[in-house]
Amino acid sequence: MRILIVGGGTGGTIVANNLARRLSAEIRNRKVRLTMLSASDRHMYQPGLLYVAFGQMTPDQLYRDQRSLLEPNIDFHVDPVEKFQLDKNQVTTKSGKTYEYDMLVIATGSRIVPETVPGLTEGAETFYTEATAVKMFKRLREFEGGRIAVVVGVPHKCPIAPVELIFSMHDYFKARGIRDKVSIKYHYPIGRMHTIENVAKWAKPEFDRMGIEIETLFNVKEVDAEHKVVRSEEGTETQYDLLIAIPPHKGMEVIEENNLGSAGWIPTDRFKLTMKDRDNVYVLGDTTNLPVSKTGSAAHFEAEVVSENIASIIKIGTPVRDYDGKVYCFIEAGHDRATYAMFNYQNPPDLKPATKPMHWFKTAYNQMYWTSVRGLL
Amino acid sequence: MSENKIIDARDTYCPGPLMELITYMKQASVGDTLELLSTDEGSAADVPEWVNKVGHEMLGSEKVDGVWHLKIRKAK
Repeated sequence: MRILIVGGGTGGTIVANNLARRLSAEIRNRKVRLTMLSASDRHMYQPGLLYVAFGQMTPDQLYRDQRSLLEPNIDFHVDPVEKFQLDKNQVTTKSGKTYEYDMLVIATGSRIVPETVPGLTEGAETFYTEATAVKMFKRLREFEGGRIAVVVGVPHKCPIAPVELIFSMHDYFKARGIRDKVSIKYHYPIGRMHTIENVAKWAKPEFDRMGIEIETLFNVKEVDAEHKVVRSEEGTETQYDLLIAIPPHKGMEVIEENNLGSAGWIPTDRFKLTMKDRDNVYVLGDTTNLPVSKTGSAAHFEAEVVSENIASIIKIGTPVRDYDGKVYCFIEAGHDRATYAMFNYQNPPDLKPATKPMHWFKTAYNQMYWTSVRGLL
Repeated sequence: MSENKIIDARDTYCPGPLMELITYMKQASVGDTLELLSTDEGSAADVPEWVNKVGHEMLGSEKVDGVWHLKIRKAK
C-alpha cells in the first residue's frame, strides 16, 4: 500500500506523523510505504507572522527544518508536484520523477493574491508573508500619527486575524505613547464586524472601548496608492495615511493548473474529507472548498480524522469516523490578554472574556506547536 | 454561456454563508446564477442587503425544510 502526502504544512505533517506511528509495523514489514512531497525543506509557524509584524518575534523564530519534524520512517522529498494524474493514481514532480500511490493526501495550502485587487500590492501593508510582515513592522515603527485603515479581502486565511490585528495595533501605539495621535478605521466585508456572530458580539464593545471606527459591507475594489484612497465594491471610499490589508487568498496554482478545483480549492466531502468522486484522494486544510475556517486548527483536526481513517482502512477495511467541522482558534486581544473560539458544524462558539492566563497559554502554544505538528499533542 | 452554481453553506459558522457567497461571486462571470444554501436565519436578511448594495440581482428567496435557498444573479 503506497500512501502519498503532497504538502508539508500543518495538515500534511500531522497526517504523515500520525500515520507513521499508527502504521509503524506495516511500514517496518514493507506492507505500507509512506511518502511526503513538499515544496520546501522548512516549516513555518504561520500564526507567528502577526508577532513579527509588531516586533515581538523575528522571522527565524518561525521556522524548523521539515525533516526534523517527521518520523524517521517517512520517505520525505523536497520535490513539489507539478502534475496530478488522478486517473492513473500518480503524480509527477518538478524534478521529473513519477510517484504512484494507492491513497493520496493533498494538503498544498493557500497563497495570498493581493494582485487581484488593483493597487493593493503597491498601496497596502500586510503580514501574511515573512517579507511583508517585516516591512509592515518597519512602517508601524516609523508611523508617528495619522489615519490607519484596515481592509479585509475575501476569502482569507485565519478569519480571526483582522480582529487580532486591531487589538495589537491599539496596544502597540498605546505602548509608544501615541495612541491619541492615531485613528484606526476597520472595514469588514459583511454587515457586521465579524463573520462569527458571537465573535462580533464580543468584539464590538471592545472596539468601542478602544475607539475603533467600523465600516461594514466594505469589499475592497481598488486602492489609489498615489492619493491614498481605498474604494469598496459597495460604492464608498476611505482616505488613509497607512493602509493595512488582510489580503484575499486562493488555493495553490498547481491545483488550478491541474483542473482539480476552481480558484485552487478542491471540492471535498465535508464529513469524509475525500475529494469529490475520488474515494482514494483525501483533501485537508486550506486546500478544501469546505465552508470551514482556513486555519492551522482546522487542518489539525481534519488531519486527525484523515490519518485515523486511512490507518483504519488499511487495518480493518473501513474508515471509522467523520470530520465534525471542529475548529479551535485562539484570539489575541492585545499584547497581554486572549480568549478563544471553539465551534463545529452544529455548535457556534461561546466567547469568554479575554484573560491574561489565556494569553500566557497562547504564548506557550507558540512553542507547543512544534509538538502538535509532530502529531503528539 | 452563463452557469448555475450551488453554494452549500449549510451548518457553517466560519466563514459563514455571506462570506462564502462573496468568495464564489468573485469567481463567477457576469450573468451567472448562484444559489446559496444556508441554515443561518440571518441570511434571509443580510444576503439581500449585500446583493442590493453592491448591485447584483436578487432572483429569489425561499425556505425549504429549514434551509434558505437564496438565488442571485451576478450583474457586474
